[in-house]
Amino acid sequence: MKTVIIKYQGGNVQSVAFALERLGASATVTDDADTIRTADRVIFPGVGEAGSTMKYLRERKLDQLIPSLEQPVLGICLGMQLMCRFSEENNTRCMGIFDVDVVKFPAKPLKVPHMGWNSLHNTKDWIGDSLDGKFAYFVHSFFAPLNPCTVAEVTYGRPFSAALRTNNFFAVQFHPEKSGDSGMRILKAFLDQSA
Amino acid sequence: MLTKRIIPCLDIKDGRTVKGVNFADLRDAGDPIELGARYASQGADELVYLDITATQQDRRTFSALVREIARHLDIPFTVGGGISSINDVAPLLEAGADKVSINSAAVRNPQLIDELAREFGSQMVVLAIDARKSGNQWQVFTNGGTQPTEKKLFSWAKEGQERGAGEILFTSMDHDGMKQGFAIDPIQKLSRLLNIPVIASGGAGRQEDFLSVFKLGEADAALAAGIFHFGQLSLPTLKQYLSKNGVIVR
Repeated sequence: MKTVIIKYQGGNVQSVAFALERLGASATVTDDADTIRTADRVIFPGVGEAGSTMKYLRERKLDQLIPSLEQPVLGICLGMQLMCRFSEENNTRCMGIFDVDVVKFPAKPLKVPHMGWNSLHNTKDWIGDSLDGKFAYFVHSFFAPLNPCTVAEVTYGRPFSAALRTNNFFAVQFHPEKSGDSGMRILKAFLDQSA
Repeated sequence: MLTKRIIPCLDIKDGRTVKGVNFADLRDAGDPIELGARYASQGADELVYLDITATQQDRRTFSALVREIARHLDIPFTVGGGISSINDVAPLLEAGADKVSINSAAVRNPQLIDELAREFGSQMVVLAIDARKSGNQWQVFTNGGTQPTEKKLFSWAKEGQERGAGEILFTSMDHDGMKQGFAIDPIQKLSRLLNIPVIASGGAGRQEDFLSVFKLGEADAALAAGIFHFGQLSLPTLKQYLSKNGVIVR
């Protein structure tokens, strides 16, 4: 099975590659359109800022390629947010795979970013209900509200989307590559499912 | 619910873990990758690796070590020690570190915080502050606690937040290595003053100290080293104790 990790600046690409290595799956890190198009699995990770990352993707036409992919695609953190319609982070138009807008946490009374381990609930679909109550590692200042694509929830002040899915597109707000055993199980579930 | 975090800290010298008592008297506490992986499997929420040699030559060795740590660890980790510019940070993040902590260089050049936050995002920037009580002020020290500065803890922490730090790691030099408990009052004050997470450091000696720093100090995370390295307190025991006493932990 050929897995690719989409490369872009600022992305936490190496950690995801190492996590796959621990699962015994190797991955190619690339921003080459043909390599991405012909892969069996595509992972779109991300740590960074929405506006400059969308610009990077547009310059390489990856903003058009990614929504057109038919194999299973997994967005992580910023990757997930860029798969939504719009982000309040520098008012960025995103790829619109998930029909929801990403909004900022209010500065008070919560500390922002939402940083650390938080428990998943109402988990279903590929995340699996066995991960209900399990902890995952989050670091983010913007979030996707609950919507029909939500397949796992997390609560910080309010419940919001911890994971999304529509058709062959999967996404998580947390970092499965940094979430211990639970995270590894979620990455494995993504690699193993047959969308 | 978001949990409180327990963060073992590993000081690295020549590729090995060491722990200072009051920033002196180093003792060898083992292999950094093996120790880190052990903590991760025991339930550590994050790790901090501090490169305490940090000469130019060692810096390259350290990023190679960071890469090996990232390869083996499935929890987040912060690296720090001697970071003075964006050029020092990029290779560490590329090697797989999740965050970097900056200390002396930020005091000398506060603009560094803005630059790092802009380049890599606030979530990558941990502002570490070493301070000691002097009269009724908390005075900030640099260079591993050897160099007094004009800066005061609370105003410097607030400035750090405004410049884009994602977390504050406060070490009370008065408490560090003493194993008599954390500096609860300034930690509580920082937690209430700031809108970013506060990591409390210095003074952990018993499990009760962690309970106090979370309940009374309102810290978001607690960092400790020697107490874990030499097996005085195990992470599973600590977490069980905290959970039983109403602290939300993983």
